[in-house]
Amino acid sequence: MVDLSTEYMGLKLKNPLVASSSPLSQDMENLRRMEESGIAAVVMYSLFEEQITAESKELNRYLVQGTESFAESLTYLPDFGNYKIGPDDYLKHIENAKKLIGIPVIGSLNGVSTGGWTRYAKLIEEAGADALELNTYYLSTSTDITSGQIEKIYIDLVKNIRNSISIPIAVKLSPFFSSIPNMAFQLIEAGANALVLFNRFYQPDLDIEAEKVVPNLVLSTSEELRMRLRWVAILEDRIKTDMAITGGVHTVDDVVKSIMAGAKVAMMTSALLKNGISHITLLIEGLTRWLEEHHRRSVRHLQGVMSQRSVADPAAFERANYMKTLASYKEI
Amino acid sequence: MNRKKVSIDGNQAAAYCAYHLNEVITIYPITPSSPMGELADQWSKENVSNIWGTVPHVTEMQSEAGAAGAVHGSLQTGALTTTFTASQGLLLMLPNMYKIAGELNSTVFHVTARTIATHALSIFCDHSDVMAARSTGFALLASNSVQEAMDFALIAQAATLESRIPFLHFFDGFRTSHEISKIEELTVTDLRAMIDETLVRQHRERALSPDHPFIRGTSQNPDVFFQARETANPYYAACPSIVQKIMDKFAGIAGRQYSLFQYTGAPDADRIIVLIGSGAQTVQETVEHLNRHGEKVGVLKVRLYRPFSLEHFIAAIPKTVTNITVLDRTKEPGSQGEPLYLDVVAAINEAHDKGISHFSQPPRITGGRYGLSSKEFYPPMVKAIFDNMDKNINHFTVGIKDDVTYNSLDYDESFSIEPEDRTRAIFYGLGADGTVSANKNSIKIIGEGTDNYAQGYFVYDSHKAGSLTISHLRFGPAPIDAPYLITQANFVACHQFEFVERLDILKVAQHNAPFLLNSPYPEEQVWDHLPRTAQEHIINKNLRFFVIDAYKIARDIGLDVRINTIMQTCFFALSKVIPIENAISTIKHSIEKSYGKRGDVIVKMNFQAVDEALNNLHEVKVPGKATSSFDFRPVVPDNAPEFVQIVTAKLLTYEGDDLPVSAFAPDGTFPSGTTKYEKRNIAKEIPAWDTNTCIQCGKCSLVCPHAVIRAKVYDPAILEHAPDTFKSTPARMRPFQDKLFTLQVSPEDCTGCTLCVVVCPAKNQQEPRLKAINMVPQAPIREQEVKNWEFFSQIPEIDRSKLNLSLARDIQFLQPLFEFSAACAGCGETPYLKLLSQLFGERIYIANATGCSSIYGGNLPTTPWTTNREGKGPAWSNSLFEDNAEFGFGMKQGLNKQIEYAKELLQGMSEAIGNDLVEALLNAEQNSESDIDQQRERIKTLKEKLAMLDDDNAKMLLSIADLLARKNVWIVGGDGWAYDIGYGGLDHVLALGANINILVLDTEIYSNTGGQMSKATPRGAVAKFAAAGKKTAKKDLAMLAMVYGNVYVARIAMGADDAQSIKAFREAQAYDGPSIIVAYSHCIGQGYNLAYGMQQQKAAVLSGYWPLIRYNPALVKEGKSPLQLDSKPASIPLEDYIYNETRYSILVHSNPEEAKLLLARAKEDVAKRWKLYEHWAKLPV
Repeated sequence: MVDLSTEYMGLKLKNPLVASSSPLSQDMENLRRMEESGIAAVVMYSLFEEQITAESKELNRYLVQGTESFAESLTYLPDFGNYKIGPDDYLKHIENAKKLIGIPVIGSLNGVSTGGWTRYAKLIEEAGADALELNTYYLSTSTDITSGQIEKIYIDLVKNIRNSISIPIAVKLSPFFSSIPNMAFQLIEAGANALVLFNRFYQPDLDIEAEKVVPNLVLSTSEELRMRLRWVAILEDRIKTDMAITGGVHTVDDVVKSIMAGAKVAMMTSALLKNGISHITLLIEGLTRWLEEHHRRSVRHLQGVMSQRSVADPAAFERANYMKTLASYKEI
Repeated sequence: MNRKKVSIDGNQAAAYCAYHLNEVITIYPITPSSPMGELADQWSKENVSNIWGTVPHVTEMQSEAGAAGAVHGSLQTGALTTTFTASQGLLLMLPNMYKIAGELNSTVFHVTARTIATHALSIFCDHSDVMAARSTGFALLASNSVQEAMDFALIAQAATLESRIPFLHFFDGFRTSHEISKIEELTVTDLRAMIDETLVRQHRERALSPDHPFIRGTSQNPDVFFQARETANPYYAACPSIVQKIMDKFAGIAGRQYSLFQYTGAPDADRIIVLIGSGAQTVQETVEHLNRHGEKVGVLKVRLYRPFSLEHFIAAIPKTVTNITVLDRTKEPGSQGEPLYLDVVAAINEAHDKGISHFSQPPRITGGRYGLSSKEFYPPMVKAIFDNMDKNINHFTVGIKDDVTYNSLDYDESFSIEPEDRTRAIFYGLGADGTVSANKNSIKIIGEGTDNYAQGYFVYDSHKAGSLTISHLRFGPAPIDAPYLITQANFVACHQFEFVERLDILKVAQHNAPFLLNSPYPEEQVWDHLPRTAQEHIINKNLRFFVIDAYKIARDIGLDVRINTIMQTCFFALSKVIPIENAISTIKHSIEKSYGKRGDVIVKMNFQAVDEALNNLHEVKVPGKATSSFDFRPVVPDNAPEFVQIVTAKLLTYEGDDLPVSAFAPDGTFPSGTTKYEKRNIAKEIPAWDTNTCIQCGKCSLVCPHAVIRAKVYDPAILEHAPDTFKSTPARMRPFQDKLFTLQVSPEDCTGCTLCVVVCPAKNQQEPRLKAINMVPQAPIREQEVKNWEFFSQIPEIDRSKLNLSLARDIQFLQPLFEFSAACAGCGETPYLKLLSQLFGERIYIANATGCSSIYGGNLPTTPWTTNREGKGPAWSNSLFEDNAEFGFGMKQGLNKQIEYAKELLQGMSEAIGNDLVEALLNAEQNSESDIDQQRERIKTLKEKLAMLDDDNAKMLLSIADLLARKNVWIVGGDGWAYDIGYGGLDHVLALGANINILVLDTEIYSNTGGQMSKATPRGAVAKFAAAGKKTAKKDLAMLAMVYGNVYVARIAMGADDAQSIKAFREAQAYDGPSIIVAYSHCIGQGYNLAYGMQQQKAAVLSGYWPLIRYNPALVKEGKSPLQLDSKPASIPLEDYIYNETRYSILVHSNPEEAKLLLARAKEDVAKRWKLYEHWAKLPV
């Protein structure tokens, strides 16, 4: 019997499969089914400060629009005593999830303001989350802001939250840093307990007929895994912290690759959206079978065996690898 | 007992008791009583219990008649039941009121007294409605202030239970119903103590019940009716003493002693005024002042007007009185006097006859009218009335200048009695800037946070977009009984710079008052931008002048145009009503309370506004002399007609009170088309035309709610005298390829709604963010565009016969005969009305139901229905809310009969007129515009011939000859009328089969009265009286009309398919029978940015929510299905449409589970209805 268990930022998990942050977790029934299918932990959908702010502003704007202007219609809409705007629903959801399922529940937060990040982080901790994943994304469009200034925003953010809460913190990273190892190092120094590689940012598309920028949601494929594998493999030896791979984990092979590259857990959403929640069970069975067939006793023994530190040709993860790829393409 | 002090308005005060003392509340919204019903509904939804611990049921009915009927029915079961209404609503309740009183049912109707429509509608206060109810058998009990509105609501309830007489408790509309005042709130314990549970049980025991049946409501005959009617006499005889007993009991509990006829003044007064309502407070205040100055005068406040107690009345008047003036706030044309006057005359005489008069000589009695339609009634008028008692002018008016019958009293405006220790602050604001909200909040802060008394009253103008609001706030250590506007202010704030440029706002400023101005110019520059008169006021009155750029602060913080918190903070900083540091913390506390539930970010932004206000408030160093060479801008152009120069101009500067009686027509008629003289300049940005990008499609012009974007094609030679900046480009349409095309915006009439820009389909090829029209700042181009507009207006209109009127592209060249209305910026109704006016305006009669369209269509100061160059245009009128279909049908019948008579006369005069002309006139087709033009030419010839005949028939025919050219009747109104209050009439008129046209502007709520639910409100939408989301589906008015089979029906949405809308209008007009068009009309009450109104219309259609249909019975003759589906099955989810609107999304925020449930059911509605339509369209003919 192989041992699938792993440990991710102090959380003891029964296997390395974790549901990444997605709308699937908005539904309690989905959470129950994910646990039943064998998932080891769930990262909840993100609480977006920006959305809360936008909803508040919109509600306020339209409740006052046209009011106190005309004697016969001093208001238009009934104003309720209470609105479920703000984090309350999200926090209640975490509380309920904790009551419903026994596996670790990891909160996910996307903040905007410093005050918002720390306040909501505390509230998520108080709601009972076992850990918090910071869904960070700062897109600079200014020519005046340097990469150093942006990095400082991330570092300060992690420091602030570290000082505010005691549960483990994971930072979901963007792949667009000039020096990912340095950034990773600084984040850990600032107090991050784990790094999640990488955030999949939905890139808008251009509608060339309407001449409009349009949102475009594309599910991940296994192709996207390779960038993650590479960076986990590179970082595994350089930073002494747990890593998760998210984005492109679909098959048993993808899970195995993730672990061999050095990730403590493999996170997935697209695979579950495409194949259904029961896909988890197939992956666990497949992983077990793979370990047995390859005479591996446990997941822990597999972790990092193909990291840059461990492989025979470490340079393969670096630039030479890129040259080879291009060359091989030409040969075809 | 130390009771809670609250700062609330009269509506809330009365509703508080009414709600707590009843079990069933059935209402119908009508200004100014609507807030009572809305509050009751809200409390019910919030599960607030009445004094018996149970939550009252609140139901909105289809009309006031329905509400009264439901009250009557509920009373029959023994439930404690009430209602709220005013004016026309009360009139609709009258039949039931006779029944309710005739059966001695205990109930209280709470009424905000409001003018009954006569020569004009008015939403403001007088007692014409209440006086119309004086014969119903209801007791009439008047409260005069906000405190009394609460107290008397309780007293009335206690009295009705004991006396069994139903009570009409009333207070003055707006003046009391909307005045915010600091009052003592009665406790539930007080309420319990006043209500005798035994009487409640007895009320229930009188109910109908199958367990111990009897019948009530029989028909009686001459043998017994009279006697049976007299059986109630003892109850009416006992009622006054019961009321007084209850008033005495109330005094024991609450400490305020009232009496049926309450006298205040000198015990040995020689002159008194007798009156009802809030004016009595003004008289009392003036009496006290006059007595302090040696006079001996008094006031008798009539509280219980019916049943009128002679004994109590006589006993209340000092025996020393020699002169009585009775004031009535109503007019009964042709009567010997107004009702209260006649009652007093009769009472004094009867008292003398009965020997209960204590006067040495019967006092002389005069009567007068005051305060119709909220005409101001203030101390100088009271003084004039007392002075008149020496002159004894009877049947006078006061408050106006009557230069026709010379009945009015003169008064000295400078007479003031207000104490010096009272803060009197006036604020001029814009509707959208939050000024009124801020002031209401300040009243609460001062009223509830300090020992000061506080009062606030708010004046709104007649515009729905860019309206001026004037807030009148009083604060002081003594109770404030001053129900009239401030005329001498010791604080003046102007929250919009443009007001100081065009209005004499500092006329009311007292010497040394602070003057706060929201100014885009800094303190060192602002002086040079003030008109000379304003500068002179500041210098001569030694005003302290402060400025702040509140808009910049608001924009920087993210508050957009809401400057309320900023200006409120400045008021506290300058007025020093309370120490500033206390004020700041109190304002912030209040912000948390007001905005906390809407999210932290709103609270934070407002906190920031408070801090920034203090940092950016600056005092202006006032120069020693006025320096400006300019003064207020001209109100109307020099070329405006005389009436506009003399009358309209006064209304536009808020000086209409100064106009004498002779300025007006005696029958309520006004000239058409006066909006064009009111240049409002409310848009900060207006559309600018890009000639290169424009494809000349006409969509911008079609959707413009205010008819400010117009297009013309014309000969190039016309440009010879064009201003330099006038734009033109070659016309693209085939018939006009040798002509030029211009799209011109009227810069001073645009509201800046941007509907046109959003709908523009053309894109600038280099910069796709730009379109063929783009918003640009108005100020820099205003002068040049005014000249361009003037030039454009002179370009001749195109020959209509050259146009294809089924295309939006060609419709843009038709002159709108509905322009520049004061509807909301971006209104969804007005584009349809404008289209109607463009297509058929020169030959239509419009019957317009009361509602938004009658307000922006007919509310003074200026009106939008106008004429073409030949002087022809829509003949528009408004009758009532409930009768519009019948009103329009009557127009049609009237026309038909006269046309028939004209034809009869014509036939009889063929010899004198000429047979050919007669035949041509009688047999003209008149199907097309050119047919009608030809008929008009024939009529012209006919009239010339008739004028030469000295014959009675010829004269008669001359008076109606114009009717021989086709005329059409359009019946127009909103969903409140068509689906609810007027549905019975509408249905009947459809069933009559007459050739009339009906346009329903469906906003899915009562828009004009503030967003109450109608039967057009869709399932899942939140509205007043559907605060938890409407549970039932929208009524399918189109389908109900289709069922008749002979009615032309269309459901349209201009934003989804303008060609279908145009087609529907033309087909409806052409159809020889009844037609009805249900038009999707986006509305501010739906809660989103109306710039996207047309896109929302499209989304409504794409989601399947609003299927576009035309049902044309004429097609049956061609063997085709009469029902044509003009849109496709749903192609986007319903939520993609509805959740763009706050009326839906608010339920997601407040009750997500319910929202989900109602969404699912609403989706079922959409699917089912489409299936049904599809099935119907395929039915064999």
